[in-house]
Amino acid sequence: MKRHTISVQVENKFGVLSRVAGLFSGRGYNIESISVGETLDPKVSVMTIVTRGEDQIVEQINKQLNKLIDVIKVQDLYDVDHVEREMVLVKVAPPQEQKAEVLRLTEIFRGRVVDSSPKTYTIQITGDESKIEAFLELVKPMGVKEFVRSGKIAIAREKSKS
Amino acid sequence: MKVSGAEIVVESLKKEGVTHLFGYPGGVVLNLFDYLYDAKGIKLILTRHEQGATHMADGYARCTGKVGVALVTSGPGATNTVTGIATAAMDSIPIVVLTGQVPTMLIGNDAFQEADIVGITRPCTKYNYLVKNIDDLAPTIREAFHIASSGRPGPVLIDLPKDISAGMGTFNWPEKIQIRSYNPTVEGNKKMIEKAVDEIAKSKKPVIIAGGGVILSNASDELRQLAELTQVPVITTLMGIGSFPSTHPLSLGMPGMHGTYYANMAIQDSDLIVAVGMRFDDRVTGKISAFAPNATIIHIDIDPTSIRKNVHVDIPIVGDSKNILTALNEIVKAEQKTQWGQIRMAWLKQLDQWKELRPMSYTYSDSVIKPQYVIEKLYEATGGDAIITTEVGQNQMWAAQFFKFDKPRTFLTSGGLGTMGYGFPAAIGAQVAHPDKTVIDIAGDGSIQMNIQELATAVVYELPVKVAILNNRYLGMVRQWQEMFFNERYSHSGLDVVPDFVKVAEAYSAIGLRAERPSDVEPVIKEALKIKKPVFMDFVIDWKEKVFPMVPAGAAIDQMLFDEEEAPKKKESKKLKAVK
Ligand SMILES: Cc1ncc(C[n+]2csc(CCOP(=O)(O)OP(=O)(O)O)c2C)c(N)n1
Ligand SMILES: [Mg+2]
Repeated sequence: MKRHTISVQVENKFGVLSRVAGLFSGRGYNIESISVGETLDPKVSVMTIVTRGEDQIVEQINKQLNKLIDVIKVQDLYDVDHVEREMVLVKVAPPQEQKAEVLRLTEIFRGRVVDSSPKTYTIQITGDESKIEAFLELVKPMGVKEFVRSGKIAIAREKSKS
Repeated sequence: MKVSGAEIVVESLKKEGVTHLFGYPGGVVLNLFDYLYDAKGIKLILTRHEQGATHMADGYARCTGKVGVALVTSGPGATNTVTGIATAAMDSIPIVVLTGQVPTMLIGNDAFQEADIVGITRPCTKYNYLVKNIDDLAPTIREAFHIASSGRPGPVLIDLPKDISAGMGTFNWPEKIQIRSYNPTVEGNKKMIEKAVDEIAKSKKPVIIAGGGVILSNASDELRQLAELTQVPVITTLMGIGSFPSTHPLSLGMPGMHGTYYANMAIQDSDLIVAVGMRFDDRVTGKISAFAPNATIIHIDIDPTSIRKNVHVDIPIVGDSKNILTALNEIVKAEQKTQWGQIRMAWLKQLDQWKELRPMSYTYSDSVIKPQYVIEKLYEATGGDAIITTEVGQNQMWAAQFFKFDKPRTFLTSGGLGTMGYGFPAAIGAQVAHPDKTVIDIAGDGSIQMNIQELATAVVYELPVKVAILNNRYLGMVRQWQEMFFNERYSHSGLDVVPDFVKVAEAYSAIGLRAERPSDVEPVIKEALKIKKPVFMDFVIDWKEKVFPMVPAGAAIDQMLFDEEEAPKKKESKKLKAVK
């Protein structure tokens, strides 16, 4: 089973997300994450879908996505040089003596404190998956109350002519 | 100039060439029905159930190649179409279903007779629409017909809120349509086509397996040309029946679970399969890992998702069957070297031996009517010149096995979904399209009761549809499985009360005829065919009869069971009593 990040350009229309999600649930494909947003052309959205499967299943997923009437373009980034980013918002409630450590870690990970209360910090970290996982691992022992992840977005790298 | 939404809908349908639609009224479509009351050049056939309407639209589409249309109300009217839509989707049939919807303002309110039919049908339509702006009406209908009938065809649903059909707007008929995200591939890849010809020329034991795609793309002539030029035998799947003449010497009949011995043997022994417009359904392949172990597979299909979905494919060719077969034939004709007859001699001889060893057969009886005998007599009496529809179960398989089909669009059956209740309304739809043709639904006593109410439709519109009920007083196919694989535990497969179909026909002002002995069969058929009215023919058949050959579920397709003796040992069947 390989993990594939698939970037799907769709018509920005009512019901499209449900068509894509329905395709995955109806055919028993797995979705690890999905994120959707507008593009340069406001009539087009891009969905970044992370899925996992044997080659033959992933081939089907790509073809089935292409077959949806509202799908304009499907790009499987598996064999394409690309940049992936994800964001996490983590609410930590560290004991008094570890507050400084949380802030230090945030700095090391180039994160930001986006909200704070007498007992908690809410920290924003952006990066690829391994960076986010690493940060979560480190702060978990210090009292993570909750976190929310954005799901991955991805874009192909521009080919540089050398 | 502003016109009513109802006028836009109906005039758009007329521009799409629609002359008949099948429908049922209700509150939110009254404006549409009002416009249809005296609209010229378009006729609504009032059915007795919305499921009937969708199957009629489907039958109409299958036998004409045109888009079939149904019009129903919101809520229960809309939900009643779902089985018909799913049936059309599984078999790639172009229909457009127009459903009424509560006024836009009320959508999402659980309003009276509101159902989210766009949500409900999303997985079983090719595409669907909710029209929210009256000015989008005409373009939406144009697009819907285009999507339904192009590429791999399928059902499209348009949900029409009451305020849209009742409102006033502009009739924006687009002369051309461009959907940037929808461009089906129709021309096959040249290199692949050349490779395919090389493989066909190299092969010692090739078979063509033709499916419903050949019929949908009107490619029967091209298929026949390819088979004859290259001397490759042709197997037709259930959906492909009629795409190649069953009476042709190169025809091997149907493959799979209830396929012919020689078709299944040919596939298993073949070194090359040319699959055209078929999708390797599990009823065709049997145990997939044991399917055609030695064959190179060329797969021609308009839908890329059909390719490599179930079986490994060596040469995929995406595109329209007609175009691709034409291109194949051109290359074959240009090259003069191959002595096709010569290189196929041994293979065709082998196939003849298999045909002789186990032809399609049954044991005739002169005391009790055998269903296969009824089908043979129907074939003889019509000379094969008929449109045959079927229900689902044993009746469907016997029809497929024992009637002979030489022309496309003459065998209409629910292959993918296997919908009991399909055949009768589909026959009515076909009769609407071809008023002068003989149209016969080969039915089971169970299935016919699923849409029997449509007899009223046939009577009212003077559609002389014939129904041949193979009456075994059982859900026969279920009974067959229980006999063979569930120790004869006949759980809920006996139809203890079967209505008197002759009286049912009479109650609807149609004609009912009954055959109880083999000698009645021919006279009943001949009489029925003379009557210019709908006729129910009730054939009281041998309830013990089973469909053979049979490949048990999960077995390889050369592991066929034949009549009794080969079937799993049978105990005395005392538990089983025939219901009179
Ligand atoms: C709507 C629907 N419900 C259930 C089934 C499952 N099923 C398949 S064949 C069959 C029996 C059909 O009985 P009948 O119409 O009498 O045909 P026979 O097999 O006896 O010829 C059933 C219940 C089905 N195919 N469709
Ligand atoms: Mg029956």
